Amino acid sequence: MVCKEEYQMIDNGVDTSKRWFLTKAATMVGAAGAVMAAVPFISSMQPSEKAQAAGAPVEIDITKLEPGQLIRVMWRGKPVWIVQRSQEALSSLAKLEPKLRDPKSDESEQPATAKNEYRSFKPEILVALGVCTHLGCSPTYRPEVAPTDLGPEWLGGFFCPCHGSSFDLAGRVYKGVPAPRNLDIPPHQYLSDTRLLIGENA
Amino acid sequence: MKTIIALVFFALSFGAQAVEGSFALQKADVDVFDLESVRRGAGYFVDYCMGCHSIKHLRYSRVGKDLEIKDEVLRKDIMPEGAKVHESFLTSMDPEDAVKWFGVAPPDLSLVARARGADWLYSYLKGFYIDESPTRPTGVNNLYFKDVAMPNVFWDLQGLQRPVINTHEGNQVIERLEKVSKGKLSEEEFDQTMSDLVTFLVYAAEPAQYSRLSLGKYVIFVLLILAVILFKLKKEYWKDIK
Amino acid sequence: MAAEEKDKSLLGWIDERFPLSSFVSEHLVKYYAPKNFNFLYFFGSLALVVLVIQILTGIFLTMNYKPDAKLAFDSVEYIMRDVSWGWLIRYMHSTGASAFFIVVYLHMFRALFYGSYKKPRELLWLFGMVIFVLLMAEAFMGYLLPWGQMSFWGAQVIISLFSAIPVVGEDLALLIRGDYVIADATLNRFFALHVIAVPLALAGLVVLHLAALHTVGSNNPDGIEIKKNKDENGIPKDGIPFHPYYTVKDLFVLCVFLIIFALIMFYWPDFGGYFLEAPNFEPADPMRTPEHIAPVWYFTPFYSILRAVPDKLGGVIAMGGSIVVLFILPWLDRGEVKSIRYRSGIFKFALVLFVISFIALGILGTRPATPTATIFARLFSAIYFLFFLSLPFYSTKEKTKPLPERLTHSVIPLEERVGWHWDLVRRILAWVTSIEAYRRLTGVVGGYLKKADGYVEELIKKYSK
Repeated sequence: MVCKEEYQMIDNGVDTSKRWFLTKAATMVGAAGAVMAAVPFISSMQPSEKAQAAGAPVEIDITKLEPGQLIRVMWRGKPVWIVQRSQEALSSLAKLEPKLRDPKSDESEQPATAKNEYRSFKPEILVALGVCTHLGCSPTYRPEVAPTDLGPEWLGGFFCPCHGSSFDLAGRVYKGVPAPRNLDIPPHQYLSDTRLLIGENA
Repeated sequence: MKTIIALVFFALSFGAQAVEGSFALQKADVDVFDLESVRRGAGYFVDYCMGCHSIKHLRYSRVGKDLEIKDEVLRKDIMPEGAKVHESFLTSMDPEDAVKWFGVAPPDLSLVARARGADWLYSYLKGFYIDESPTRPTGVNNLYFKDVAMPNVFWDLQGLQRPVINTHEGNQVIERLEKVSKGKLSEEEFDQTMSDLVTFLVYAAEPAQYSRLSLGKYVIFVLLILAVILFKLKKEYWKDIK
Repeated sequence: MAAEEKDKSLLGWIDERFPLSSFVSEHLVKYYAPKNFNFLYFFGSLALVVLVIQILTGIFLTMNYKPDAKLAFDSVEYIMRDVSWGWLIRYMHSTGASAFFIVVYLHMFRALFYGSYKKPRELLWLFGMVIFVLLMAEAFMGYLLPWGQMSFWGAQVIISLFSAIPVVGEDLALLIRGDYVIADATLNRFFALHVIAVPLALAGLVVLHLAALHTVGSNNPDGIEIKKNKDENGIPKDGIPFHPYYTVKDLFVLCVFLIIFALIMFYWPDFGGYFLEAPNFEPADPMRTPEHIAPVWYFTPFYSILRAVPDKLGGVIAMGGSIVVLFILPWLDRGEVKSIRYRSGIFKFALVLFVISFIALGILGTRPATPTATIFARLFSAIYFLFFLSLPFYSTKEKTKPLPERLTHSVIPLEERVGWHWDLVRRILAWVTSIEAYRRLTGVVGGYLKKADGYVEELIKKYSK
């Protein structure tokens, strides 16, 4: 910010290189200081301890879960679905593969051990984040086969009312809908046969 | 001029005298950087205080991090059964029951050390004495908090104290407290226990003080370097000014 | 640069569309400030920096603060504990509030000292006074927000002052509170005023204050107008460009200020209960007043004046008067000479008495009003008003010293000062410097400083090439 001409005009016997260096040094240290001072302000906008506490893993008892039933659990303020799928539903999954965008779940997010046809640790129990990968609405659970509004091809799955994305009962996205990816499978683990911990992998 | 200054000092000294309370506070030995002491204090708090009092602004996880307590130890020694690590030091006492039993709900102690001061807390905890007047349901009173609703929870550690009363200008005045029974702890041990507890409360009143006190010197160091550069820069430019 | 040559730089691009260069030139490079500013002249720019700190930290505090009587207190603790770095931002804001007043009081004192409120700077002073009043309003409303005991009862007492006004008082107090006591409604409106209305007004007034300053030019420790002595180019002979000379000087001072600020903020943020009062760590309880309530230190001089008068309305009038009298100061002081350097002994004596009274009132205001303390508060309040109200009577008849033609020292050297008190200072200094231990100590310290300075110079030399 210093104009060189300015001081030369006043006094010609000026050590310009010293001024130049000191100005640069002050600017650099000052800028570094300003960046350091900015850190607390910016990190204060990160999730606070309270938000992190609210995002802690959630325990859930699934003893009473019946085939075909879906229950919702809140984890980090988002709905997590736990669905018990019937045998017919599980067998229909393979038939759908040609209609799906990413049937092998190569691009989607899930724990490594859940990267399988059922997208779950136990075939019949699906744990999925109930948030559409398009723009974040929560899809509706439509387990029935061939309902009038979804057409005769529908073998059960999830339908997002916001922009019409549809997913099968393993949360895999259909071709030709706006959602880019399969539903996310959150980290989770079985504490026992009937107790699930959502938010943390084993 | 001198008389004015003398007058000012005179005026201020009067103000100062007026604030003094009746009983001098005892000095608490508080060092929050003595983590061992803070950890012991946390244990005492859970054992003796948390039956009634909460520290609603302090999480177990925070205590674990700040006081360098391992998760298993935290769960075993500090957290009550069934508590989760992100929860706060919350009492299980129902505030409505508390009002029924004590007349008032026990206050939350998150900030008590900042509101009252460490020395006051220390003196108060040691200041219980036997008071058998019928108006005292707990059977005790306190030198530093007259007619306090809180019972003396440390009586078995400290032993019981009785006031020595003297008549001073027609008024009955408590001169000092006198031990009438032996506690489980010696006097020094008890003082140390109370110091630990107060130290923990001082920590709990501002958990950020660890980062605050350790960060300051670096900030000041950077500013000092900048000050030297700017001083030289100023000198250099001001050579122009005759 | 030739006019027809098209400037291809970014600055050139901007200048064709916006007067950036000319603005910088007019207000920094070609703003000629007197060359003999001393340390009392730093506080204006420091106040500006503190304002920026307060606005910045304030924005980040509002991100987590909840203006709700049920949530406010806990949300402050949430900021102090759960928000990462929240404690730093909050302490910056609370330390900044006190720093603001320290800086502003010194800035105002400087004006008294060198007559900076006098013709042609009356409007500059008035804008400054409005800033001061707004600042007090800002601080007062901000102090309610943590919703602690002091917040509550302090606001209760101050708002009750309005009820002393005859006829409309009670209704006015009710209107300010929006409830029959300090309540949620009060907290909400104070929040709105504290974060939007007053800061906006403050920012506007700072612009006006600076515009007035740059119209009349800065005063100086000699209190003479440098514009009366210009060279052939129309540049004041005793003026130097604000940039770079005062920018580098102010930056250095700012750095020193920040070091002191950081020392307090990191190591003593409650400043012994003066910056953050202990009772304010208890949530507001409308059923129980703390044993001793005192406003924060920066209000205590005026609070003392209020308490000194044994009548509710009288006290309010006295307190209001103590501020109003500052507004009319330029017209009370009718002397021609600005700087204390050339004013009469009477004025010097009166100013010393005034400063002592102001500080004493401040200290008394932090303490309980005992009968003796009240007597002293009355004495000092009387001196406070006498300082201002006696000015019109003697200021025209003052025996002043002749003013110099050109600027002199920024600080008068000790040898040139006259008066018995300076003789005393000289004698004490001579005695101190004659002590062997002192000489040895300064010798050692001076040696180290010289060594350090040599080392720094060498570093600069090495990297300058």
